[in-house]
Amino acid sequence: MTYKNPPTTPRKSATFDDYTLSEIRRAAQTGIYDIRGAGAKRKLPHFDDLLFLGASISRYPLEGYRERCDTSVVLGSRHAKKPIELKIPITIAGMSFGSLSGPAKEALGRGATLSGTSTTTGDGGMTEEERGHSKQLVYQYLPSRYGMNPRDLRRADAIEVVVGQGAKPGGGGMLLGQKISDRVAEMRTLPKGIDQRSASRHPDWTGPDDLEIKILELREITDWEKPIYVKVGGARPYYDTALAVKAGADVVVVDGMQGGTAATQEVFIENVGQPTLACIRPAVQALQDLGMHRKVQLIVSGGIRNGADVAKALALGVDAVSIGTAALVALGDNDPRWEAEYNALGTTAGAYDDWHEGRDPAGITTQDPELMKRVDPIAAGRRLANYLKVMTLEAQTIARACGKNSLHNLEPEDLVALTIEAAAMAGVPLAGTNWIPGKNGF
Amino acid sequence: MPATTMPKAQSDQSHARVFDLAEHSLRELNQALHKLTPGSNETAWEVLHPRGSHSVAVGVDQPVSIDVRGSVGYYCAGMNDGATITVHGSAGPGVGENMMSGQIIIKGDASQYAGATGKGGLLVIEGNASSRCGISMKGIDIVVHGNIGHMSAFMAQSGNLVVLGDAGDALGDSIYEARLFVRGKVESLGADCIAKEMRPEHIALLQGLLDKAGVTGVKASEFKRYGSARTLYNFNIDNADAY
Repeated sequence: MTYKNPPTTPRKSATFDDYTLSEIRRAAQTGIYDIRGAGAKRKLPHFDDLLFLGASISRYPLEGYRERCDTSVVLGSRHAKKPIELKIPITIAGMSFGSLSGPAKEALGRGATLSGTSTTTGDGGMTEEERGHSKQLVYQYLPSRYGMNPRDLRRADAIEVVVGQGAKPGGGGMLLGQKISDRVAEMRTLPKGIDQRSASRHPDWTGPDDLEIKILELREITDWEKPIYVKVGGARPYYDTALAVKAGADVVVVDGMQGGTAATQEVFIENVGQPTLACIRPAVQALQDLGMHRKVQLIVSGGIRNGADVAKALALGVDAVSIGTAALVALGDNDPRWEAEYNALGTTAGAYDDWHEGRDPAGITTQDPELMKRVDPIAAGRRLANYLKVMTLEAQTIARACGKNSLHNLEPEDLVALTIEAAAMAGVPLAGTNWIPGKNGF
Repeated sequence: MPATTMPKAQSDQSHARVFDLAEHSLRELNQALHKLTPGSNETAWEVLHPRGSHSVAVGVDQPVSIDVRGSVGYYCAGMNDGATITVHGSAGPGVGENMMSGQIIIKGDASQYAGATGKGGLLVIEGNASSRCGISMKGIDIVVHGNIGHMSAFMAQSGNLVVLGDAGDALGDSIYEARLFVRGKVESLGADCIAKEMRPEHIALLQGLLDKAGVTGVKASEFKRYGSARTLYNFNIDNADAY
């Protein structure tokens, strides 16, 4: 009788997994790096790794639906004559006309306005659709300065100086030729159909001392009326926040690596920057060290999905959050109803991220006149407003359970972490212990 | 600056509204300029003692003339939209940044990023301009009597940059559709920027700009034209070495 070696199950490498192998083959075939939209897709320590404690003997809860739980927030009270007053602490992040269709921008404005919050322009300048339909509109001041003009600065409700974004701290923008329609080309003063490279740094200032002078100029142009935000990617949140405050910002926006982009290299999105959760406490600490916490407001974005995320961010010391990807999903992005068309593009609903190609079946990240008709700005705006309402109610539910009559009264002491990583990043105890990694020498 | 050494106002400014920054704040100056409405009688302004202040006469949107008697800091005449602003001195970084229309004249030198991202109007620098002159320009015309520094007209999108003297390294790097005219030597050209033929329409265009900028004794035919080779307009991996 001959002995036969038992066969082993074929084993794939954890290092060279299917995705990695497919990317090597794609790179070898095309000779160009992978460009895509959205933010980091890898698993990261996030708000899911935190839990609220709720009320107990030492803390009594507030009655759900009955006792008041305030959600309002004022942004820009430090220097601006006309700060922004929002009914909810959830704003819509900057997304450009060009990367998004006109109806999508209008829907964002409508949804935000119905909810008493602000929306934000993007790299393509201000459009009539969004100005007309946004009660409170934040006008981004970007390195490219596409479409920048003093009239729009003055009809904005706030100005956001964009230094970086979470998906690509230190990277510029990219809008590929297929999305450069006549209208987009005209707003950006560039020929139709060419790839547009948005600069990675501002053309007329570098460093915090220059930024202070730049902010002074913007204030002088707008007669000190508008709140001035400074937005940074989640790179060095402690120092970036401190330097933004020093430069005179009214509001600091910190965008973690889960924050989306219209188009950037996959390698950049997944390998540069810090997770949103890791950015919050250093940014809050910088404000506290300067005695400016709650005087300069902090907005955090990148992977905010529901009211629990909002409540957790606020408990860690944030004044408001901002949503981009989630807002697009509320409008209809990646909806399974377009599954057949996603399949035709070689992808599936929920995974579609080739926003730069301009062939979005949902009609949101496109300039194709036929595709963009799929977005009804009134209905999509309503969906966004519904979603914002649900998030707000969820956050209030948690806050009341923690005995808070304002979302802004939530505090780190209401939280524990499920993992050591999250405990260290958020500066809250590991569940079931009083251990905060990094505190007290341990 | 002691009164005895202060430059005297020009005779044509005798009816100008005089604003002394030694006595009033920058904010008062800019707000007074922003309050101007179309048809205002206050069409001539004179600013004394700027002493290197930043953001002098920014965001002006009426066709008034403003004479600044002395040197200014950053962003003088930023986002100018229709005014004629003359600096009787030198200008710090970002003079005339994002100008929409109108005219800015710098009697002395200009620092970095002069005319950055300008959308329209004419910026005349009678001295030299430092690095990154006309960076990301989007329709502005810039005329420099002297030399310009390195990386000028970086990513310049449209408009015209005219240099009577020399240009530094990497002129017109990653340029789009802006036109560059240089009379002297160019230290080096940036990625995708090439010398181009001066055709009659370019001579006519340049002569018009020289006339508008008050340049005399210089012929358009003495200049060379530079612009985009347009090889980097759509990404191609075989051009990666150029980036």
